[in-house]
Amino acid sequence: MSIVQTPITKRMTFGETGLLIVFSLFAFFAVVVAAKAHTSAYAFHAFVFAAASVAAVFAIGNRYMDRDAVLPPQTIDGKPNYNMGPVKVGTLLAVFWGIAGFLVGVIIALQLAFPLLNFDLPWTSFGRLRPLHTSAVIFAFGGNVLIATSFYVVQRTSQARLAGDLAPWFVIWGYNLFIVIAGTGYLLGITQGKEYAEPEWYSDLFLTIVWVTYFLVFLVTVLKRKEPHIYVANWFYFAFILTIAVLHLGNNATIPVSVFSPKSYILWSGVQDAMVQWWYGHNAVGFFLTAGFLALMYYFIPKRANRPVYSYRLSIVHFWALIFLYIWAGPHHLHYTALPDWAQTLGMTFSIMLWMPSWGGMINGLMTLSGAWDKLRTDPVIRMMVVSVAFYGMSTFEGPLMSVKAVNSLSHYTEWGIGHVHSGALGWVAYISFGAIYCLVPWLWNKREMYSMKAINWHFWISTLGIVLYICAMWVAGILQGLMWRAYTSLGFLEYSFIETVEAMHPLYVIRALGGILFLIGALIMAWNVIMTIRSPETVAETTGAALAPAE
Amino acid sequence: MSTAHESHDAHVDAASGTATTGHEWDGIRELNNPLPRWWLWTFYACIFWAVCYWIAFPAWPLVSNYTTGVLGWNSRAAVQGQLADLRALRATTSERLATASLQEIEKSPELLALARAEGRVAFADNCAPCHGAGGGGAKGFPNLNDDDWLWGGTLAQIQETLTHGIRSGDDLGHQGNMTPFGAVLSKAEISDAADFVRSLSGLVPADTPSVQKGAAVFKANCAVCHGEDAKGNQELGSKNLTDGIWLYGGDKATIVQTITNGRGGVMPAWGERLSPTTIKALTVYVHTLGGGQ
Repeated sequence: MSIVQTPITKRMTFGETGLLIVFSLFAFFAVVVAAKAHTSAYAFHAFVFAAASVAAVFAIGNRYMDRDAVLPPQTIDGKPNYNMGPVKVGTLLAVFWGIAGFLVGVIIALQLAFPLLNFDLPWTSFGRLRPLHTSAVIFAFGGNVLIATSFYVVQRTSQARLAGDLAPWFVIWGYNLFIVIAGTGYLLGITQGKEYAEPEWYSDLFLTIVWVTYFLVFLVTVLKRKEPHIYVANWFYFAFILTIAVLHLGNNATIPVSVFSPKSYILWSGVQDAMVQWWYGHNAVGFFLTAGFLALMYYFIPKRANRPVYSYRLSIVHFWALIFLYIWAGPHHLHYTALPDWAQTLGMTFSIMLWMPSWGGMINGLMTLSGAWDKLRTDPVIRMMVVSVAFYGMSTFEGPLMSVKAVNSLSHYTEWGIGHVHSGALGWVAYISFGAIYCLVPWLWNKREMYSMKAINWHFWISTLGIVLYICAMWVAGILQGLMWRAYTSLGFLEYSFIETVEAMHPLYVIRALGGILFLIGALIMAWNVIMTIRSPETVAETTGAALAPAE
Repeated sequence: MSTAHESHDAHVDAASGTATTGHEWDGIRELNNPLPRWWLWTFYACIFWAVCYWIAFPAWPLVSNYTTGVLGWNSRAAVQGQLADLRALRATTSERLATASLQEIEKSPELLALARAEGRVAFADNCAPCHGAGGGGAKGFPNLNDDDWLWGGTLAQIQETLTHGIRSGDDLGHQGNMTPFGAVLSKAEISDAADFVRSLSGLVPADTPSVQKGAAVFKANCAVCHGEDAKGNQELGSKNLTDGIWLYGGDKATIVQTITNGRGGVMPAWGERLSPTTIKALTVYVHTLGGGQ
């Protein structure tokens, strides 16, 4: 940058002016909607949007008052001037939402074991808390982890400052506003009844704006990169962001009753709707929970272990195979339904073909540690991430297995499905996220390490025990349930009534709830550790983990 | 600027002795390892298996049809086959239940055991949500273990109630409600009538003045359905008010509510949902719960 001698008059940027106008108008519009809303729950949401818009106006105004005349430079002394503010916020929100989501999970697990805990109130019933749990853990916890890490990784591996001035902040706060709207909507009974896509049309529209901004911030940052090639983690982040956008638009194609009503009607009907729903639902698993978190794996494991990625070629082949095959697998959620046989066949066979592409990521993750296996003994963060990859391998074997129609006829609609999801969610997604958080917090706040390595060890062992209890209980429950449902007596009559199968689940539900409580305790230990790390007085010069950045 | 351009020279990882691709991102390099053989061959095997499966089973959509597969398998035929197997398994059981009369079933220990075996699970899946796991009933849902029957407790009557339901919308179902008297009687009259009804099972002394006033109210308004003796009428489904068994509750507030607002509980017409044989089995099961007549 040239050295500027004459003082520059401070002026609002185009973005600041534009957003001030947009947020002011939107606040006014939201108040009008609140006044004319058909339901009080919708009016409440309109007020939340209005309040958030006003808060945004104040935040932008305050920032303008406080900031220098020139915006932060792209580089300082030839080194990229990274923008880590949104990453810090996203990391802390991930910890917060993680605990909230795990807590609601424990509550609904206990409700299944002890139905009395529904308290006979609509807001606390299982039917409303269950989507609150799934959205909180997948989208609030997982989403904040993905946004925070993607903003960190894309900057570090592109050697470029995050694109946009206000845009990254809009992404992080806008996304979390969407979470609040979605979550409070479930409790108030606002839902379009599509699994993992429960929020109604207005939340969906708002998320679309946030998500397109996210995509642009990520894209432009990659375009600004100093490295000639795009790092593999960024391919996975790209696949995740782009595909989620397409899935979100396809599955939420609805016609609202009115701008003053939360209700909308979906364009598709019957089996077409079911097919679109599971095209979305399965690829939410594939691109949100798999591709996105593989991106974490490809950055944080080699970085933390200070080892090169095992095979570049494998990363290319398994990336393209994974994203090509995953998109076909959705129909395996609809075996033995009104979905045509041919679609069921394709869903099943593509799931089988998906097995090795999924395992390509596991091989690359595990083999990256060759030459550094000793760190498994000394570094609990590495241990957490390695166990995460092992769980990834296990659940991506279990998935294709369960997609085989003969297995599915036993496993479908049973607790086995819940067990499968949680071996992926707790074992893979949460563990790789915890590993990334344990790496990121000291790096972001310039500390040598986390406050307590011992606490990470405790977190690891307590939550691993929790996961084992959880998934074993659900395997037993699922197979028991499937076998009881299909049991006939020698006379040709059903052997068990449905309620008898429910009774048989009780002890297993109690064990599952215990597993969930242990997992929650582990996350609370992590939260304490994160807070203590940030508050610790010691600071070091910029750190990036075990691998010191080579001379630049 | 970074080291990216200069690092195109071969860079060898010291620990493994393997060359890297020469690129580097934030200190991360990538080894130039080949695809693991076992991985590649397993991947090929999965693809080969998928292709074989497509040839054998319905798989690919065409313009107006789809490839049906050389095995000729389809899920509709498969489920029909399974249902046929089940019918074959039940040939000696359900067939015999279907042909025997309800009385014959109850007389034959063997048929009775069959009917109760089918009836037990059918009851638990369909009836227990309202009538309780053991048929013990709940508020508004009669106890099926006792001999207090609203619409009759003989085999034929139970079968009819099961088949057509109560206020179910089925034309052959039992009709008629407990009329609401809130607009017809004063609050005091309703209170007196409630006291009278409670006196019939000894809950209020018969010589209480309100009971005597209530008797007159009952005679003028209630006796037409419940009978002069208040013992009810199974033709109308009117309750016997003298036996101390209460469908909605015998406390005064509940009875006042019943008289004021009326009652009209619903039982579905199970004939629309269950096979005649299953209804037969359920009839025998309910009849033998303890109160059958």
